Amino acid sequence: MSRIKVKLKEKDVLKLKEICKEFNNEPGELINVLHRSQEHFGYLPAEIQEVVAQELNISLAKVYGVVTFYSFFTMVPKGKHPISICTGTACYVRGAENVLHEFKKQLKIEVGQTTGDGKFSLSCLRCVGACGLAPVVMIGEKTYGRVSPDGVADILKEYAE
Amino acid sequence: MAKYKTHLLVCGGTGCRASLSDTIVDKLKQEIDANHLTDEVQVVMTGCFGFCEKGPIVKIMPDNTFYTQVKPEDAKLIIQEHIIKGRKVERLLYKDPVREEFVSDSKDMQFYQKQVRIALRNCGFIDPENLDEAIARDAYMALGKILTEMTPERAIKEIKDSGLRGRGGGGFPTGLKWEITRKSEADQKYIVCNADEGDPGAFMDRSILEGDPHTVLEAMAIAGYCIGASKGLIYVRAEYPLAIHRLKIAIKQAREFGLLGNNIFGTDFSFDVEMRYGAGAFVCGEETALIHSMEGERGEPTLKPPFPSVKGYLGKPTSVNNVETFANIPPIILKGAQWFASIGTEKSKGTKVFALAGKINNVGLIEVPMGTTLREVIYEIGGGIKNGKKFKAVQTGGPSGGCLTEKHLDVPIDYDNLVGAGSMMGSGGMIVLDEDDCMVSMAKFFLDFTVEESCGKCAPCRIGNKRLNELLERITKGEGTMDDLTRLRNMSHVIKDTSLCGLGQSSPNPVLSTLDNFWNEYLDHVQEHKCTAGVCKDLMTYFIVEDNCVGCTACARACPVGAITGERKQVHFINPSVCIKCGACMDRCKFDAVIIK
Amino acid sequence: MEKIKVKIDNHTLEVEKGTSILNAAKAAGIYIPTLCHMEMKDIGIDHKPGGCRICSVEVSGRRNLAPACATETADGMEVNTHSMRVINARRTIMEFILSDHPKDCLICPKSGDCDLQNMAIKLGIRQIPGQEFAAMSTYKTDESPSIIRDLDKCIMCRRCETMCNDLQTVGALSAFNRGFMSAVGPAFQMDIEDSPCTFCGQCVAVCPTGALTEHDHTRDVINALANPKKTVIVQTAPAVRAALGEEFGMPAGTLVTGQMVTALRELGFHYIFDTDFAADLTIMEEGTEFLDRLTKFLNGDKEVKMPILTSCCPAWVNFFEHNFPEMKDIPSTARSPQQMFGSIAKTYFADKINVKREDLVVVSIMPCLAKKYEAQRDEFKVNGNPDVDIVLSTRELARLIKQANLNLANLPESDFDHPLGESTGAAVIFGVTGGVIEAATRTAYEIYTGKSLPRISFDQLRGFEGIRAASVDLNGFELKIGIAHGLGNARKLLEDIKAGRSEFHAIEIMSCPGGCIGGGGQPLHHNNTDILKARIQAIYSEDDKKVIRKSHENPYIIKLYEEFLGKPLSHKSHELLHTNYFDRSSKIEIS
Ligand SMILES: Cc1cc2nc3c(=O)[nH]c(=O)nc-3n(C[C@H](O)[C@H](O)[C@H](O)COP(=O)(O)O)c2cc1C
Ligand code: SF4
Ligand code: SF4
Ligand code: SF4
Ligand code: SF4
Ligand code: SF4
Ligand code: SF4
Ligand code: SF4
Ligand code: FES
Ligand code: FES
Ligand code: FES
Repeated sequence: MSRIKVKLKEKDVLKLKEICKEFNNEPGELINVLHRSQEHFGYLPAEIQEVVAQELNISLAKVYGVVTFYSFFTMVPKGKHPISICTGTACYVRGAENVLHEFKKQLKIEVGQTTGDGKFSLSCLRCVGACGLAPVVMIGEKTYGRVSPDGVADILKEYAE
Repeated sequence: MAKYKTHLLVCGGTGCRASLSDTIVDKLKQEIDANHLTDEVQVVMTGCFGFCEKGPIVKIMPDNTFYTQVKPEDAKLIIQEHIIKGRKVERLLYKDPVREEFVSDSKDMQFYQKQVRIALRNCGFIDPENLDEAIARDAYMALGKILTEMTPERAIKEIKDSGLRGRGGGGFPTGLKWEITRKSEADQKYIVCNADEGDPGAFMDRSILEGDPHTVLEAMAIAGYCIGASKGLIYVRAEYPLAIHRLKIAIKQAREFGLLGNNIFGTDFSFDVEMRYGAGAFVCGEETALIHSMEGERGEPTLKPPFPSVKGYLGKPTSVNNVETFANIPPIILKGAQWFASIGTEKSKGTKVFALAGKINNVGLIEVPMGTTLREVIYEIGGGIKNGKKFKAVQTGGPSGGCLTEKHLDVPIDYDNLVGAGSMMGSGGMIVLDEDDCMVSMAKFFLDFTVEESCGKCAPCRIGNKRLNELLERITKGEGTMDDLTRLRNMSHVIKDTSLCGLGQSSPNPVLSTLDNFWNEYLDHVQEHKCTAGVCKDLMTYFIVEDNCVGCTACARACPVGAITGERKQVHFINPSVCIKCGACMDRCKFDAVIIK
Repeated sequence: MEKIKVKIDNHTLEVEKGTSILNAAKAAGIYIPTLCHMEMKDIGIDHKPGGCRICSVEVSGRRNLAPACATETADGMEVNTHSMRVINARRTIMEFILSDHPKDCLICPKSGDCDLQNMAIKLGIRQIPGQEFAAMSTYKTDESPSIIRDLDKCIMCRRCETMCNDLQTVGALSAFNRGFMSAVGPAFQMDIEDSPCTFCGQCVAVCPTGALTEHDHTRDVINALANPKKTVIVQTAPAVRAALGEEFGMPAGTLVTGQMVTALRELGFHYIFDTDFAADLTIMEEGTEFLDRLTKFLNGDKEVKMPILTSCCPAWVNFFEHNFPEMKDIPSTARSPQQMFGSIAKTYFADKINVKREDLVVVSIMPCLAKKYEAQRDEFKVNGNPDVDIVLSTRELARLIKQANLNLANLPESDFDHPLGESTGAAVIFGVTGGVIEAATRTAYEIYTGKSLPRISFDQLRGFEGIRAASVDLNGFELKIGIAHGLGNARKLLEDIKAGRSEFHAIEIMSCPGGCIGGGGQPLHHNNTDILKARIQAIYSEDDKKVIRKSHENPYIIKLYEEFLGKPLSHKSHELLHTNYFDRSSKIEIS
């Protein structure tokens, strides 16, 4: 069995242990632990999963099985400004596809990817509960409503440094 | 709160917050300060009013003035005009699209007239982060009543007599579920609130959690008392940060006031609530999957029986109930089963919340008595189809539902009638479609969703839905055959017939219902290679009408691939083999010369 | 038990409450096809994920079809197992499954014994509509020394996961991804060799398709045999002879020792030897080591660790190296019989026949996939040349025999060659759970007490329960023995030792259910534990037939010590027959 060389710093390992401890190192709390870890580290690379598996005393394969089951968990770092396009039904019928297309075109990335400079990543989600504003786009915590393909450039401009 | 003369209720629902309603609150407060009105006027941030289309909403009490599409810069005007001078700001009032008049009292708005608000009774009326306001509107009274006056059996009977059925989609009688869970013997039992709400295009549970979190906590405690559980769990989508935030506050407040915890109201009943988070898997709304997810596993459903009410969370009897179901409980306890049962139809009692969206004027959250017709919902409450287009269909039940058409408009909505019409209630998503929507694409849209969300455990759903989707894809590309249509139907039936859980058992519904109701549209795609709605890109050709083209060159300049040729002031021409069908030329042409054929 | 009445097709029958439709139908002689279901009650496995839906049947009054494997019968239930609705559903599902499956039968290692292939034949699938445009879920292929994983052929029956996680508690496998791209494998889809896999092969033993198979080394054997420069010798493990016949249509439990030897000779091996010889040698070494430790222990030596654990199962060795590294000095240091054989063959025997180590090819025929891996461990190589060159599973040997057009059933019996072919009854029972410790006890008893055994068989050590305990009276000292088969059971005993709860002096551990007769390289048992039990009987009957039944009485073993090794635990023994273990647990290393 080869070892996963944990590329984490000691303080990161301690942080992870602390998170697991918070949930009493209960195997049943795996998802809560992963949530908290992703909140802290931004994503869940192999080495984080390894530490969590050891701390909760569950198999690494299982942790990976859980991480890959839930679309909220990611093993690749998101961009500084994660862009999520709502493709829920209400947004879809009001043209979310075209908005998505425009984002892809302008950022030159596909869904699930991050721009080369690490600034933007693109993902889809289904209904953020603001259907009244369809089509809806979220960048970080900020929600944009009634987005049209023409408006995409202006939105992106807000994030130009 | 009695000392204030006027209350400014600002919507703090997700939609309105996205349009800066928190800034409006800040601005209003500044103005109130500046005018030394702090003792008289109070600003309250509430949950969703339901009328999200015209948000942000500011409602003024006690006179029910309903301001729509308020901007932060309007704050000054509202304080100056309305509060100080007592004059309504007409520009911000809702304008009735039919009568073309401004409506100053929200009670006169058609949007609200047909609604009966039970589950949403407090949404938009209270500050969800303030327990006092909830209590002022009777929160925890029902809990107090059953703890002091009713046995669990008596309370269960009340719920059974009310005829309340689960609002999470299945429509299973809630009282019966509690009774079964009560009768399952175990040392520990659990109450679970299903707040996963994964249906793409539904946000009623979210609005309740955001607008009235205490009602859910209260109802969970009531349920706990009824089945004999001391522990409740709320499984909520991680994508609902505001709901989570408000729930956490509510739990803390309830604990502080002894409304959760040990010996509630001094009785020997103890009950507490914990939060669990979903992580982006629609199937986790299914109750067995939800339980596995709460146990830290992959959210894969398991066969029923055993039902959760017998063997659920950690192997213990568990009652899983939906948020909206819970929101109905306290009023039933307080007002009685008879009152609730007097609303609705024979087999579906009470009201139902719908998330009305799509091509409709008044997108928003509505609550209507069971038995209301689609026509009333769409044309009266919803204000009709957007931009005067023609109604085509309404999709209910989300990805597990079906499309209802013109001929179903007068069907009274309830669980059984919707199923009879080939759709279902589901969680209450209601998406209105107009003539510009292609029903094959719509079916494909839902299949895309189920393929993405299938857990992969069983073969018919994991592979079958993928194959259905591929067939639909071919049809939208004009490559489908008549044989494919036959196969679509057979595959759909087999997937429904053999899938393990509700997801696969219902995923072909959008296909079957569009095949039934829009057969001609399928035929057009297959035989004529035409998409009449003009949605399927592969089946469209952009074409310039000679008579309309004035040769302005705007289209040619807009075309990203140089597909358009033509001299200035001469008729232009699109080369179909170069065109990528982006539609830019059509958008740009001011003379309606570019059309789709 | 409460009885209920059900009607299945046209049979009305009474079954116990709680019986599944599948089992009720079976009782009525009705066959319902299954793919994912796996019931092996004897070893505690009842796997019914309800995933394949091939077993769908029609239950009157029910809206949709029911999976027969996972649906309980109810009083008055009426079931139709082959209505057109059912047949249509089954075929459509099968078409779905095959639409996402490579059509590789011609060159697939499972072909001919593949549950999926058989199902396709049974259901009469002739075409897969829409195959031209059907996307396939594909994954990288993973080759380890023991196992090859070709997940393109995985049908998500999840049997491997149950074996690895529930039975073996190894946890190397999990379902990953979701929906169409889901499959089962190790974390991060890493190679199985990098995972905590022990190579026990139990996942391979139950995979209904070619997704999990042994790494086939028959080509290497053919090359060696075809090379005139090489002397090729072969050893066969005890469990092989009790199962090989199944591959040739003989009933389970048929012993084919003599025919197998003839077949190997026909195949051109230069010497046909028996791993049993090395098993006797193992007893000498392990037994002596045990008595040595026991004596010290009884004399109050605090340094000595008790209990002693057997070490002849390489998957078990992998298991404790991964999971209990802190206990790595508890198991016996004796190498497995396969490796003892290899090192004696490449020293003592090579000298005897005057062949250079490099020109001697040692082939093993094993019921086991872990042995393929074991043979490649660095500790078992001299200057890069392994003691055992090629390891074939029982299944591969069958293939080789078939390629040579030999019909095992018609072959005359013949005997192993000398000197490494002579063995005792004690050695042959190495193939079953409890056998190693029984063999060791036979020898230890006589050496310790100086008396000869009144009765040679120790019935209290035999059986099929996952964990067994027994005690043997050694001149008034009560020797406590523990036995576990299946790694999940082994884990329990180890946890006990770790917690200081264990009372045993000696423990035998075998990774596979039933011991090596249930190994991952054996003919497929298709979830039928009766087959395993029949093999066990065959092994015990071979023991009964043997004239010599105690290892220390094997004349060639005595001779080996006289001529070459000196005595057990001698310096030479240590060098050639013992090993040490490594901490191979995964550790978090901080950068
Ligand atoms: C695929 C699938 C998704 C579901 N999603 C939800 C959901 O998001 N919220 C919900 O309350 N019920 C959902 N359900 C229904 C639940 O399984 C369960 O029936 C419900 O939570 C019971 O509560 P009720 O009786 O109050 O309706 C879903 C069911 C299926 C099959
Ligand atoms: S129907 Fe779909 S979601 Fe449900 S268990 Fe089967 S694969 Fe999973
Ligand atoms: S649709 Fe797009 S690509 Fe085609 S002609 Fe118009 S602008 Fe050019
Ligand atoms: S796994 Fe079975 S069906 Fe698939 S290719 Fe191999 S033999 Fe054929
Ligand atoms: S069975 Fe068919 S495909 Fe296979 S070898 Fe024979 S002819 Fe070829
Ligand atoms: S060989 Fe054994 S340990 Fe390895 S994956 Fe298979 S069952 Fe698990
Ligand atoms: S690898 Fe084999 S045993 Fe494992 S799930 Fe796939 S088909 Fe089943
Ligand atoms: S029990 Fe036998 S067949 Fe199984 S892994 Fe161990 S040595 Fe190999
Ligand atoms: S569908 Fe996009 S916000 Fe609801
Ligand atoms: S979010 Fe404000 S009205 Fe719905
Ligand atoms: S055998 Fe019953 S579902 Fe697979």
